[in-house]
Amino acid sequence: MLKASHKTGLVFFPAFDWAIGPTHPEREERLLYTRDQVFEEGILDVEGIREYRPELASVEDVQRVHFCVPDVDSAMTESHYISAGGAMTIGRAVLDGEIERGFALVRPPGHHAMRMVHGGRGFCNVNNEAIMIEALRRRYGIRRVAIVDTDCHHGDGTQDIYWHDPDTLFISIHQDGRTLYPGSGFPEEQGGPNALGTTINIPLPPNTSDAGYLEIVRDTVLPILEEFEPELIVNSAGQDNHFSDPLTNMNFTARGYAELTTLLKPHIAVLEGGYSIEGALPYVNMGIILAMAGLDYGQVIEPDLCPESIAQSPEVGDYVRRLGELTRRNWRERHDRMAALRANGQRLQRRSRRIHYDTSGISERQEETVRLCERCGGALRIESTADQGWPVLAVHIPPHACEDCRRTGRDWFEEGKRGRFGRVFLQDRPEDRFEIA
Amino acid sequence: MIIGLDVGGTHTDVVLLDPSGPVERTKVPTDETDLFRSILSGLDRILDGRDPGGIERIVLSTTLTTNAIVRDRVEPAGVLVCAGPGMDPELFRAGPHYHRVSGAMDHRGREIQPLDQDQIRTLAVRLGEQGIRHVAVVGKFSSRNPAHETRIAELIAPYVERVFMGHRTSGNLNFPRRIATAFLDASVYPIHRAFFEAVGAALREKGLTAPVHVMKADGGTMSLEASIESPGQTLLSGPAASIMGALPAACTDEDVVVLDIGGTTTDIAVLVGGVPLLQPLGIEIGPFKTLIRSLETRSIGIGGDSHVRVREGRLEIGPDRGGPPRALGGPEVTPTDAFVALGELESGDPALARAGIAEIGAALGLDERSAAQSIVEIACERILAAVDRMLARIDGQPVYTVHEMLEGYRVRPARILVLGGPAERFAPHLAAQARLPVSLVPDWGVANAIGAAMARTTCEVGLVADTERGLVSLSNGDAQWRCDRRYTREDALRQAGEALRALALASGADAEDMDMEVTEDLQFNIVNGFSTTGRNIRIGLQIKPGLIRGYRPSTSTPRSDPC
Repeated sequence: MLKASHKTGLVFFPAFDWAIGPTHPEREERLLYTRDQVFEEGILDVEGIREYRPELASVEDVQRVHFCVPDVDSAMTESHYISAGGAMTIGRAVLDGEIERGFALVRPPGHHAMRMVHGGRGFCNVNNEAIMIEALRRRYGIRRVAIVDTDCHHGDGTQDIYWHDPDTLFISIHQDGRTLYPGSGFPEEQGGPNALGTTINIPLPPNTSDAGYLEIVRDTVLPILEEFEPELIVNSAGQDNHFSDPLTNMNFTARGYAELTTLLKPHIAVLEGGYSIEGALPYVNMGIILAMAGLDYGQVIEPDLCPESIAQSPEVGDYVRRLGELTRRNWRERHDRMAALRANGQRLQRRSRRIHYDTSGISERQEETVRLCERCGGALRIESTADQGWPVLAVHIPPHACEDCRRTGRDWFEEGKRGRFGRVFLQDRPEDRFEIA
Repeated sequence: MIIGLDVGGTHTDVVLLDPSGPVERTKVPTDETDLFRSILSGLDRILDGRDPGGIERIVLSTTLTTNAIVRDRVEPAGVLVCAGPGMDPELFRAGPHYHRVSGAMDHRGREIQPLDQDQIRTLAVRLGEQGIRHVAVVGKFSSRNPAHETRIAELIAPYVERVFMGHRTSGNLNFPRRIATAFLDASVYPIHRAFFEAVGAALREKGLTAPVHVMKADGGTMSLEASIESPGQTLLSGPAASIMGALPAACTDEDVVVLDIGGTTTDIAVLVGGVPLLQPLGIEIGPFKTLIRSLETRSIGIGGDSHVRVREGRLEIGPDRGGPPRALGGPEVTPTDAFVALGELESGDPALARAGIAEIGAALGLDERSAAQSIVEIACERILAAVDRMLARIDGQPVYTVHEMLEGYRVRPARILVLGGPAERFAPHLAAQARLPVSLVPDWGVANAIGAAMARTTCEVGLVADTERGLVSLSNGDAQWRCDRRYTREDALRQAGEALRALALASGADAEDMDMEVTEDLQFNIVNGFSTTGRNIRIGLQIKPGLIRGYRPSTSTPRSDPC
């Protein structure tokens, strides 16, 4: 009898009746052939592999992470509630001990969705992983979480949400932002002043193959993970590093993805992008599921794989090695850098940004202020104006906020109510409360 | 008139129905070592003095193939598989004569590796030399394109007696199950064929010329001739016959739980609006998970003859059976003895039953009556708990579209119907505990045979059209034909309907009595380079399990409440 050596849970929600547009890459058919492959392999009959029905995320679950303008329902379709809920279902099953690992094969994806949500960015409206993680933190009291984003595009949404959170290690491995959407994710992006170093960006050069990718994971990502000692490892499992992906320029294979999963040992994987729906997704997803369950994936070989044509050049190999060294050095020196940053005695740090919602065609201006704090992630305020709408103020008090940051956050909220804002939001995480004024 | 005959583990039940209902009922003991004789003696009893010319239809439900597989008394069968990317097909090995051959199809049924004809011929010669007469041929994604399977079958036909192809078993995707299903077909084929040819001949000798049907696990029937083509479909047909026997007593506007209480087990099934729920994939038998369509049933090891004992101060019932009840001279105490001790049942020697219950009582510190009551109560409690688990499982089944997720039908039973040998005794006790009304099915003791007699012929087809490739493939048949870009979902539904109708007629269905139902209806744009280049259309059609027309189930006083 075939048996999984790790109890593995799957949520499979292909949303066969939901699309951004009829020929959009994020369309009904996207997981069709993956479903065909998964069903045809009979993987759900393997002892120790269990399929779960996704739950629906609630408005409260979304508000624990996002500020949706004007409100949550405008940001979400039913499919978004199910997609986020599917990730939550896997998370709960892992933390309830029903399974050791799980994979939420859900769509739409989420890793480009930032804390503020005025619309869709990079096919994402809300961040499935963050909604899951914050629900799990609330329900199970876990604190230290690592997210390894292996989508080919920089996980800028997840980075934004955890930019100031020292309890969340966010590592994004992606194709260099100078050559691909969203154009961010450089090594110098290392997190806010209260969480410097817990955001790690590893922009790989185009045409990186299995060899370079797995080298980075083995030599750089794994040692950092080990040192961070997370209670939970989450993999944002985008599948667009594949050599056949139409939107990217990488040379990763299905067996490479399986090997990556074997190395990372994520508790929870959540599907992100990947738009080679016939040539890659069926095989990559099979590889990931088999690797999670501890089953042999040696015969998961794409029919159109030609190893010679995707062999990695020596230049790419050298570049990857240097990138690994740089990443490890940044990690080692993170405490010194943080100390240096605080040396000037500043109490608040501000940054202003323009954010483009390419999927919805909206442009937003943000003025972000974080309270520098040695004891917590720091109270955070975001003044946001979209090109179509009133300015809003969003105040975030992090889950383990100190007394001072809690007070600061509440003061900002009260002041904001008297100010020029169309709407004022408070995300009071210690109280698990969301207020709108 | 119709004869329905159901061979059970202990009894063979036979009924004779005329349009007004059952006119004759009989039970003969089953001889597991000679099912042929069990069937004939049952038929002789029911036909006694009647004109065989008046019989229009005979339906048989037997444990023949089930026993052969469970006891591993089958001739070795060969298996040839072609796999392609994915899991190692060696993991799905069925039997010692299992070989992987070159050749692969992808998820859209495109060839990604050609067959190696020499390799196949060489293997066929070897199988022939090894005396393997029956071979299963199964390809991954063969229900998307059966071309490899049909070609392999042609190539090996000269060397073996019979080939079973995977795509003929089901349109569903599941390569390991397809392998197991075709392997089981090939394994039980000789035994099934020999048996039913003998039955057919014996019936003709008795002057019975009516069409003979064989019961399937999905609650439907197929003609004897069709059953030779797919003998695996007869596996585990026993529970299906009983559940079909409950249908006449079920209202069509509510959901119902059916309990078939036997000697060793209780089978649980669910009817939604008068139609039994089918399993998503297929039966499991021994080590085999299959694509053999089946009613959704759960079995719990509690029945009238379950072994009752006290262990560490706690009462345990089943799941084993130690023989007949004490009252009938058996070795172990059973729920039947409890009914006898309570004075609710006259069977065998009440003194023996009461002595046994007293032993249980002593171990529990209860008097005889309380012990008997505890036994019955706990048995009922466990059966009802199993019902709840089954309902929860059905409602927890995954769905794949937003619509299904939001509109998902939840089974909300309004009633429990009980049938089977000890049903009459259990029913009032179940009623005392259950939250739902409990009714006894009329003719509860032979409802299984009535279910077989009245079950309609069922079958299913799966159609996949790929308009970009211009190809339509039909499973459960070998047909493949071209289509153009204008081919629509409506065309697919129509062609699938025609195919289903043809298949149903070939399986012995009544042309006027086909309750067709769409089981899958999906259509996707195939997009290449941001423009739509075709459509992928998937249609599943079935004839639902149900009762034939023109016959009324029962003339006996209905003991179930009217709808």
